[in-house]
Amino acid sequence: MLSQLIEKAKNGRRRAIAQLITLVENDQEAARTIVAALYSETGTAHIVGITGPPGSGKSTLVNEIAKEYRKREQLVGIVAVDPSSPFTGGALLGDRVRMRDLSGDRGIFIRSMASRGSLGGLARSTGNVVKVLDAAGFQVILIETVGAGQAEVEIANAALTTLVIEAPGMGDDIQTIKAGILEIADLLVVNKMDRPGSDRTVKALQTMLHMGTVRRDESHHGRAMTATGPNLAVSDLKSTWHVPLLETVAIEGLGVSPVVDAIQEHRNHLIKSGDWLEREKMRSRREVGQLLQDRFMSKLQLTVPLDERETIIEAVARRQLDPYSAVERLFEQAHASEEAP
Amino acid sequence: MDVHPIRVLVAKPGLDGHDRGAKVVARALRDAGMEVIYTGLRQTPEMIVEAALQEDVDVIGLSILSGAHLSLTPRIMELMAENDMVDVPVFLGGIIPHDDVPALKEMGITGVFGPGTNTETIISSIRESVVAKPADRES
Ligand SMILES: Nc1nc2c(ncn2[C@@H]2O[C@H](COP(=O)(O)OP(=O)(O)OP(=O)(O)O)[C@@H](O)[C@H]2O)c(=O)[nH]1
Ligand SMILES: [Mg+2]
Repeated sequence: MLSQLIEKAKNGRRRAIAQLITLVENDQEAARTIVAALYSETGTAHIVGITGPPGSGKSTLVNEIAKEYRKREQLVGIVAVDPSSPFTGGALLGDRVRMRDLSGDRGIFIRSMASRGSLGGLARSTGNVVKVLDAAGFQVILIETVGAGQAEVEIANAALTTLVIEAPGMGDDIQTIKAGILEIADLLVVNKMDRPGSDRTVKALQTMLHMGTVRRDESHHGRAMTATGPNLAVSDLKSTWHVPLLETVAIEGLGVSPVVDAIQEHRNHLIKSGDWLEREKMRSRREVGQLLQDRFMSKLQLTVPLDERETIIEAVARRQLDPYSAVERLFEQAHASEEAP
Repeated sequence: MDVHPIRVLVAKPGLDGHDRGAKVVARALRDAGMEVIYTGLRQTPEMIVEAALQEDVDVIGLSILSGAHLSLTPRIMELMAENDMVDVPVFLGGIIPHDDVPALKEMGITGVFGPGTNTETIISSIRESVVAKPADRES
């Protein structure tokens, strides 16, 4: 029974946690029931996103951060996302290779996920997997993104603290540090400081960080104004967070404790400034928006027969109908079938 | 439940050196549309079963070259039984003498792939084992 499984997971039973995660990943209907049953018990975990280019050392650093949190007696959940092949749907999930140190510690739970066609660095159900771990009592949840190299903005919505990793030797200059990546960073980490050129990477990032500060605050104001109504008191406080630049050698575990200190500082900042709620609102807005979209699409699919939808699409393709008018027509048809007895 | 890719754990227990064979199989399974959790070298039975549990895999595939299959297998199967995971099929690949196969099956191994088994055979055996598995998740 699903309700028994949920109870067991809430009590921290590991097999049940694993099985619930499978269900939220694979089964929309089950996900609905599970999230409804768990949601009130989520929201206490600190959710940390770790993103950065492929091979920059995300998994290695996640391994070290997890060990450091264990020293601080926190229970740690890890969700590591890797890309699915767009052609076969298959995926090679290899992040665990770098996390073998964590094996045997019952205070840690690691789950690998395939992105299953979603872009932006996470899978569609990553947020729900995090909820399961949160409700199961994990106090810190680390999410490793795909690391495809493009700005993986989804993580900034899923996490409360976003850590962006860069490493030397990935092009070594500002051009290769992807646009948008600094805007999502709450913490910047230059890993592989043992490698030649690492000082240059640090300098380049310092320069960018310096130039970027103003823009970052402006965008914060803009978002607070448009999205949640004018709440300048809160957004003014937000701008007091200065993104720290940290240096690590993850393979040797060097510089990790300051990273965890900085994550905790950021967490305290979120709580004190009221930004915690702002971020939760942002996340909730996107989540509800996405579900609404899904719901509407499935309603459309139920109410307007496939051949009618196809006829409209073909008319758009043949330039007989413009896409806006097509949407208008689909909306009307969905609505009309609702009115009908 | 909506259709979803088969999840397989590929691990390399034992202390011997390389994991080329395991990686080739892992890639072939990925190319066949499976989600492959690859855990790498020198995995202890404890590590393997823990990873399989957390990842809730449908199948486990082990590559053993060291000749330690007869000593590793009982421990793995014992741990799986302790964790209520006896319904997860386990396949072995690598260097395993023909004569040992009956004993391994006796221990609960679903299938053994000798050296040079083509990947098509491995893929179809895995698919069959998952289909044959009773859908007891809700019980
Ligand atoms: N020299 C050096 N190598 C490192 C360091 N950290 C990680 N590496 C190595 O960099 C390689 C990639 O590390 P991963 O942790 O797998 O990187 P990742 O970002 O998770 O990679 P993907 O998940 O494939 O995108 C491995 O060979 C690590 O051993 C470091 O601090 N110094
Ligand atoms: Mg990784």
